[in-house]
Amino acid sequence: MEFKDYYQTLGVGQDASADEIRKAFRKLARKYHPDVSKEAGAEARMKEVNEAYAVLSDPEKRAAYDQLGRGYQPGQEFRPPPDWDAGFEFSHHDMPGGDFSDFFSELFGRMGARAHGQDHFAKVLLDVEDAFHGAERQIQLRVPQVDARGRVALETRTLNVKIPKGVRAGQLIRLAGQGAGGDLLLEVHFKPHPRYRVEGRDLHVDLPVAPWEAALGAVVRVEAPGGALNVRIPAGAQSGRVLRVRGKGIPAATPGDLLLAIRVVLPSADAPKARELYEQMARDLAFDPRAQP
Amino acid sequence: MSDDELITLEELVVVCAVSREWVRERIDEGLLPERFDTLAVRRVRRMRALERDFDAAPELAALMADLLEELDALRARLR
Repeated sequence: MEFKDYYQTLGVGQDASADEIRKAFRKLARKYHPDVSKEAGAEARMKEVNEAYAVLSDPEKRAAYDQLGRGYQPGQEFRPPPDWDAGFEFSHHDMPGGDFSDFFSELFGRMGARAHGQDHFAKVLLDVEDAFHGAERQIQLRVPQVDARGRVALETRTLNVKIPKGVRAGQLIRLAGQGAGGDLLLEVHFKPHPRYRVEGRDLHVDLPVAPWEAALGAVVRVEAPGGALNVRIPAGAQSGRVLRVRGKGIPAATPGDLLLAIRVVLPSADAPKARELYEQMARDLAFDPRAQP
Repeated sequence: MSDDELITLEELVVVCAVSREWVRERIDEGLLPERFDTLAVRRVRRMRALERDFDAAPELAALMADLLEELDALRARLR
């Protein structure tokens, strides 16, 4: 486990006042706000900033962290000494939800552990295809546990989860009795897919076509998660035109649609034959793509 | 909206790490809908983060959530 320098994360000195820390945090929270930030890795940075602020904005946690961190460099291998937290009483309120690093969980893990008998919550990442066929997934949860000596350790629990067909992004799957004394709620997210994009129950797919397929019309074979299907390209189709195939989106009582965005792809003019054909079109067609309609 | 897409208050407070009272107060003020779907989860998380990170008043956090939802819709149309 690497030591994390929370002061460095927020860009403040170790003697910073509570007010300076709050100010630094807000500046960064604005800079890396997930909805508006255009910085690369904004989400990961925001996670670090949140974690640093969760510790440094809480006087008890900050004092414990300061005592612990003396002599450590960021990135240095770190083991908390036994009973390091003796004498510190962490309050349980106002614990921001969210993912924290192993470093944080090891130090302050018991605060993340909710009271017995409450529901727990985790996110599960699925492939788009899982929504079409249903799936069984093994998921691993890291749960902070307090051992006999009162130290906090992360325990990995493995669960087998049945993902129902037709599952949607943001949907909650309730696993009765799988939380610590309560139920476990899983929130479904889809992994980004190079070809598919899910919106509600609709599935968006890019459909590359040859110029003659677009100009003359054609029937083309499209690979979709629900199985391959034949789609008719209407003659005169242009890039950007969207074809809707009803009912071929994510399955449900009212299934979603499959939306195919046509993208005309030009063959390169490298080969002599292709070059000849392009030159013939340039000569013989009265075509000006920039002519005003 | 069909019922199977709705989630309960209990589920909402667990996945968003807020209290029931927090949610009820904002429903009473008209800042949150009375029935929760998956969009409500995103709205509650945004409002909670804005209130916590910037000490924003609930009305201001809700206004910003409105704007962000409009931004989501516009971005979706661009794609």
